[in-house]
Amino acid sequence: MKATVLVRPKHGILDPQGEAVETALEHLGFTVTEARVGKVVDLEVDAANADDARAKVKQMCEQLLANPLIESYEVEIHG
Amino acid sequence: MASPQPRVGVVTYPGSQDDRDALWALGALDAEAVPVWHEERELPDLDAVVLPGGFSYGDYLRCGAIARFSPATAAVAEFAEAGGLVLGICNGFQILCEAGLLPGVLLRNDTLRFVCRDVPLIVERADLPFTSRCTVGERLVIPVKHGDGRWFAPAELVQELEANRQVVLRYGEACNGSVADVAGICNERGNVMGLMPHPEHAVDPLLGSADGALILASLVEAARERALALL
Repeated sequence: MKATVLVRPKHGILDPQGEAVETALEHLGFTVTEARVGKVVDLEVDAANADDARAKVKQMCEQLLANPLIESYEVEIHG
Repeated sequence: MASPQPRVGVVTYPGSQDDRDALWALGALDAEAVPVWHEERELPDLDAVVLPGGFSYGDYLRCGAIARFSPATAAVAEFAEAGGLVLGICNGFQILCEAGLLPGVLLRNDTLRFVCRDVPLIVERADLPFTSRCTVGERLVIPVKHGDGRWFAPAELVQELEANRQVVLRYGEACNGSVADVAGICNERGNVMGLMPHPEHAVDPLLGSADGALILASLVEAARERALALL
């Protein structure tokens, strides 16, 4: 089963990478009030069904893919 | 009676860079420096362990996040749990935070620049096995070299750590944007410490500073006392 994990810097965490991207976009002439840079992890998971896959990927996030002190995550299951 | 030479291990992960400097510095400070390979499930007989600087596992995912799963890291966690002395330097500090042996996490420097220079540090604790040769308020000059050295913890955790006096070293000038200027921190028991600056690169005046030797010699001294206690 395919799954995608989106990992984001939590609200309030200084994201200098996002700030640099924001500045670069402004140099290109775009008006951007905020840019935050996270990560995407695409997974192929061995699971019985979508609920099982979601539960497993959630465990992966809590144990490794995201650091709960600084990052939030979102799980998408593609079936 | 000659005092025993304490055995201090240095773990080498794939991507460790400062393991040899750490081994050399510990040897120069009269410890028996013992290389430990990351695949070792059991540590040899040691009186202290150092996790060195570098870029273990290429800093993939997050700095230290993969090294946490090395067999040697599990052995180091058991060693720390039993009260053993563990010092993490730079990437070693990042690994200890990811492994949950130290509080907080190290993030990208606020400037986005890799910082590589001597920095002043203020000693906050001189009663630890890592700082017994220092005095509180003393200013040390030790080099840093990192891109991800911004220590962070949520405000309530910082408050708790300050109340427990777990901040060991603070930067004496802006360095990387660390919360509360934290450069080095210890666990509640005081047997595990991590710091971003590199004491192993400052053990001889020829290198610009010998202040790092105060930290490492404190560790060697504490390790010696433990070795003696076991005799």
